[in-house]
Amino acid sequence: MAAAAEQARSKADDADLFEVALRLGDSALILGQQLSGWTSHGPTVELDIALQNHALDLIGQARLFLDYAGRLEGKGRDEDKLAYFRQAGEFRNCLLAEQPNGDFAQTMLRQLFYATYARALYAGMEAEGEGELAEIAAKAEREMAYHVRHAGEWVVRLGDGTKESHKRCQTGLAALWPYVHELFMADEIDQRLIAAGILPAFEDVKVEWMTSVSSVLERATLAIPEDDWMPSGGRQGQHTERLSYILGEMQSIARSDPEAKW
Amino acid sequence: MQSMEAGSQGDLDAFDRHVGADGKVEPQDWMPAAYAKTLVRQISQHAHSEIIGMQPEGNWISRAPSLRRKVILMAKVQDEAGHGLYLYSAAETLGVSRDELEQQLLDGTAKYSSIFNYPTLTWADVGAIGWLVDGAAIVNQIPICRCSYGPYARAMVRICKEESFHQRQGFELMMALSKGTDAQKRMAQDALNRWWWPSVMMFGPPDGESVHSMQNMAWRIKLFSNDELRQKFIDMTVKQAEALGLTIPDPDLRFDEASGHWQVGEIDWDEFWSVVKGHGPCNRQRLAHRRDAHEAGAWVREAAVAFAAKERARSARKAA
Ligand SMILES: [Fe+2]
Ligand SMILES: [Fe+2]
Repeated sequence: MAAAAEQARSKADDADLFEVALRLGDSALILGQQLSGWTSHGPTVELDIALQNHALDLIGQARLFLDYAGRLEGKGRDEDKLAYFRQAGEFRNCLLAEQPNGDFAQTMLRQLFYATYARALYAGMEAEGEGELAEIAAKAEREMAYHVRHAGEWVVRLGDGTKESHKRCQTGLAALWPYVHELFMADEIDQRLIAAGILPAFEDVKVEWMTSVSSVLERATLAIPEDDWMPSGGRQGQHTERLSYILGEMQSIARSDPEAKW
Repeated sequence: MQSMEAGSQGDLDAFDRHVGADGKVEPQDWMPAAYAKTLVRQISQHAHSEIIGMQPEGNWISRAPSLRRKVILMAKVQDEAGHGLYLYSAAETLGVSRDELEQQLLDGTAKYSSIFNYPTLTWADVGAIGWLVDGAAIVNQIPICRCSYGPYARAMVRICKEESFHQRQGFELMMALSKGTDAQKRMAQDALNRWWWPSVMMFGPPDGESVHSMQNMAWRIKLFSNDELRQKFIDMTVKQAEALGLTIPDPDLRFDEASGHWQVGEIDWDEFWSVVKGHGPCNRQRLAHRRDAHEAGAWVREAAVAFAAKERARSARKAA
C-alpha cells in the first residue's frame, strides 16, 4: 500500500496534489460552512437535522483534504492554519460553493449540483487513483451519494409541489446554473493530474453529471435556463465578493489570537 | 385513549398502588387524566427546551475557532434537535399531536427552560453551556430514566447518554480556555460568572414554593425535590470549577461540615420569576426566531404535502 501510494504520488507533482487537495477541501469547507447556517432555521426539525448532517459530512471531508494538503506542503500548516489563516484570494473553492443559501429550494439545488459533481469526481478518483487522496475520495464518495439522493428527492418534491415551490425552484435554478460550468473546466493543473490518473477525465464527470441532474430536473418539471454566462476562476483564487464575508465570520475568533489554542 | 375515560375510585387506588410499587405505566394502560396531563406538560416543555436550546449554541457554529470544535458543536446542536423529536414522540403516546404542541410553543402559551433566554456572548459560553447547562440537565434527567411512564423513561435513557457526552465536551472546552492565554482565561471566568446562577435556578423554585411537587413525587414522575437536585449539582460543580481553576461567583459559597454539602448564598428568585414571565434578555428573540423559521418553512411543508397527494393520485391512476 505504502509503495503503491509512493508510486502514485511520484507520477504527480506534490505542488499539483497540494493544489487539488485545497480545491476539494475548500469547496467542501465553504459549502459546509454555509449549510451549517441553516441550523435552527430549517423548515422542519427533521430537515434541520438532515441539513446539519450534510454540513457535518462536508466539513469532515474538508478536514481530511486540508490535513492532507498541509502534510504534503510540509510547511507546518495544519487543517486549522489552512482554514483560518488564509485570505479569500488564497481559497480555491469553486464559485458554486460560495453562492448564498437563498431559500430552501436554492439550497437544495446547490446541494444537488455540488453533490452530483463531487460524487462523480470522487468515484473516478477512487477508481483510478491510489494513495491517500483516493482513500479520502472513497470515503467522501459514499457520503455524497447520500446527498445526491436526499437533495434530488427534495428538488423533485419542490419542483412538482405547489406553484410557489415550483417558482422558487426555477428562480434558484436560474441563479445557480451559470456557476455549474466552472466545475468541468480543467486548467493545466487538472490536466496534469488527469494524465497522471489522479483525477478522472472532466468530460466523463460532466456527462455523468448532466445525465443525473437532467433526470432529476425533468421529474421536478423544471426547465434548464437558457443562459450563456459561465463565470469561473474560483478554483484559481478569483472569487465573488461574497467569499470574504463568509471568511470574515468564520475566521473571526481564530484570528483574534493566532497563538491561542482552542 | 383509555386515559381519557373517567376511572372509578378503585381504578385510581389500583393505579396509585401500581405506581407506588415502582410499576411502569404504558400508553395503553388506564391512567388518571391528571397524570396524563402533567406528563404532557412536562414532556412537551422538555421537548420545547431542546428545540429552543439549539439557538444559543447554534449562534457560535459559524465562528467556532477550529474545525474540530466546529464539528463537535454542530453535532451537539443536532443531538438537541434529535432529543426534541424523541420527546415529542413520547408526548404523542399520550394522545396529543406534535403539531398541537409546536403550536403552543409558537403562540407563546407553552413554557421551555428559562436558561435559554440568556444570551451567548462569547465563544466561552459554548463551553459553559455544555459544562453547566448539560450538567444540570443530567442531574435533573437521570432520575427520570426511572420514572413511572415507560415512553418518557426510555426516551430519557437515550438522551442522558448524549447529554453526558455534551457535558464532558463542554468541560473539555472550558479546560482548554482556562489553560490558555490570559484573555482565554478571562473569557472562561466571565462565562462562568454569567451562567452560574441561571444554571443553579434551572432546578426550579425552592421546595416550599414548588406547586406540582407532592403529587408528582407520589406518581413517580418526579423522584427528587428541586432542592435535592440543585444541591447535587452544586456539590458536583464546585469541585469541577476548582479543577478548572475558575471561581464560582458567590462570595457566600461555603462548605458545610455538618451536612457535608456546599452551601450557596442567596438565590435571586426575583430574577428567575422575571425571566419565566418573559422578561429575560432573550425571551422575545428566541420565540421570534422560532416563529420566523416556522413561517419561512411553510411553503416547503405545503409543497411536500401537495407532492405526496400528486404521487398518491398518480399511483391510484396506475392501479386503475
Ligand atoms: Fe438535549
Ligand atoms: Fe445536550
